[in-house]
Amino acid sequence: MKTLAVKVDDLTVAYNYKPVLWDIDLEIPEGVLMAIVGPNGAGKSTLIKSILGILKPIAGSVSIYGKPYEKQRKLVAYVPQKGSVDWDFPTTALDVVMMGTYGSLGWIKRPGQKEKKAALEALEKVGMLPFKNRQISQLSGGQQQRIFLARALVQNASIYFMDEPFQGVDASTEIAIINILKALRKAGKTVIVVHHDLQTVPEYFDWVTFLNVKKIATGPVKDIFNDDNLTKTYGINYKVSIQE
Amino acid sequence: MLGSFAVLRKQSLLGDAISHAALPGIAIAFLITGAKDTNTLLLGALVSGLIGTFWIRGIVTKTHLKSDTALGLILSVFFGFGMLLLTFIQKQPNANQAGLDKYLFGQAATLVESDVWMMAIVTGICLIVMLTFWKEFKILLFDADYTKTLGFNTKTIDILITSFIVLAIVLGLQTVGVVLMSAMLLAPAAAARQWTNSLSKMVFLAAIFGAFSGVFGTAVSASQNNLSTGPVIVIVAGVFVLFSFVFSPKRGLLFKQIRFVKNRRDLELHKTLAFMYHIAETHDNISHPHTIKILNNFQGYTKGTLQKLVDRGFVELDGNMWHLTEEGFKTASNLYNQQNASDE
Repeated sequence: MKTLAVKVDDLTVAYNYKPVLWDIDLEIPEGVLMAIVGPNGAGKSTLIKSILGILKPIAGSVSIYGKPYEKQRKLVAYVPQKGSVDWDFPTTALDVVMMGTYGSLGWIKRPGQKEKKAALEALEKVGMLPFKNRQISQLSGGQQQRIFLARALVQNASIYFMDEPFQGVDASTEIAIINILKALRKAGKTVIVVHHDLQTVPEYFDWVTFLNVKKIATGPVKDIFNDDNLTKTYGINYKVSIQE
Repeated sequence: MLGSFAVLRKQSLLGDAISHAALPGIAIAFLITGAKDTNTLLLGALVSGLIGTFWIRGIVTKTHLKSDTALGLILSVFFGFGMLLLTFIQKQPNANQAGLDKYLFGQAATLVESDVWMMAIVTGICLIVMLTFWKEFKILLFDADYTKTLGFNTKTIDILITSFIVLAIVLGLQTVGVVLMSAMLLAPAAAARQWTNSLSKMVFLAAIFGAFSGVFGTAVSASQNNLSTGPVIVIVAGVFVLFSFVFSPKRGLLFKQIRFVKNRRDLELHKTLAFMYHIAETHDNISHPHTIKILNNFQGYTKGTLQKLVDRGFVELDGNMWHLTEEGFKTASNLYNQQNASDE
């Protein structure tokens, strides 16, 4: 049995009376590249946000490598949805990536040369080095997404949570991003991605979780990515025509 | 200075609400002490301003009301209550009460030396705190959720920022008054945003704009009789904003329009040149002359564009005939390749 990177127990989240996530148990082994799929409103983003403590669950607990999340923050990096911030904020691409180093710096301490070097390296990895001094509002959607990815890379974490990193990016950016994710997996990191495009699941990921308020199934793509689970999750008779 | 943070948080109205919420505090402080000591009154303003702010926060998080609704609600309720108290105080047989209404529109002339010192000290403290927690302020403003995942206590940072905004407002009350204070907070920041894309420069510029409005406004009102200082300061700040919106090189309306017109002209030229290139391509010799009439088939062709191409040395004219020059051919083929590259 592989080591568990993330373990979620009995997680329940509700806005007012309506449960958004119901009694989720989830075990994510170390070193997988996992997609979370499900229809709109299934609670995919909510699941990530609750694991990361951004939202407060009604019940349940989250452990990272066997210890409570609060004690393991440094092992976890988060890539929020691109639309969650105001891109007209007066700052540059390099500055945003530098923010990834703030967590390890802690309160008050300023980022120095070491942090800047790490940020530049991350920009290089996502192919954004030529844009380092660009004002962030003047970046395209795909470039903004890469900047967010670079910010998470700087954290040098073991587990990466990403909320729809492929949303609104062009094909070449999508390939660039998935290559980085695959490189992360190769380096032994665990990557968890909220994903919308079912077509690409078998190609990109090796692990998948079906979610629709309740957890439908979780496991290796080759074992559980089938019509049965898709129908259970999406509620319609879904045929996986892409699985040749 | 602190206004920059309010503007970037999209909580511009917060300043307005806070300053209005400070009014009942001033009145109550007067009622309790019966004296018009500035420091006590401002302390009252501070307390009720803070209460107002945290109520707004409470309303937003606990109910379904949007933040602008909450702001409006708190603003009018507190202001109404403050006005009520003020009229009540005016009916009191206390000789001291005259002049309390100066807090409505402010009266810089009533400032005494100790007030100025007080302002300088508090401004200094604000500055130090801002520099100390610069990194935390910045990241919270940009991406609050992410800040939380890094392990920062976002509530603490939030309360810190808000408290200092409240403090800054309360201090300004005496000069510009409850009604106009929010303009003083926001105008310099809004103007500064037009000129720079860097947060530190924006804060710095806002401070300069604010200080200049203050000094210049005071000078103007002092040179004229019966001009109250507060409104003049706000008008000066307003002029800054107007000027910045129109003239700033990157975001200003004027330069945007100029750039727009220039781009369109360039494109027209490029298109005409590309059209000519296509014709010239059909011949081995690029300087093979063609009649100008051919160009009439091309939509967007004008004599003006042709003349401009001649001026730039891309085209040479010979009576009713034209031909591309060496340079024109090269430029056109570069354009053509670029276009193809970007189509891919």
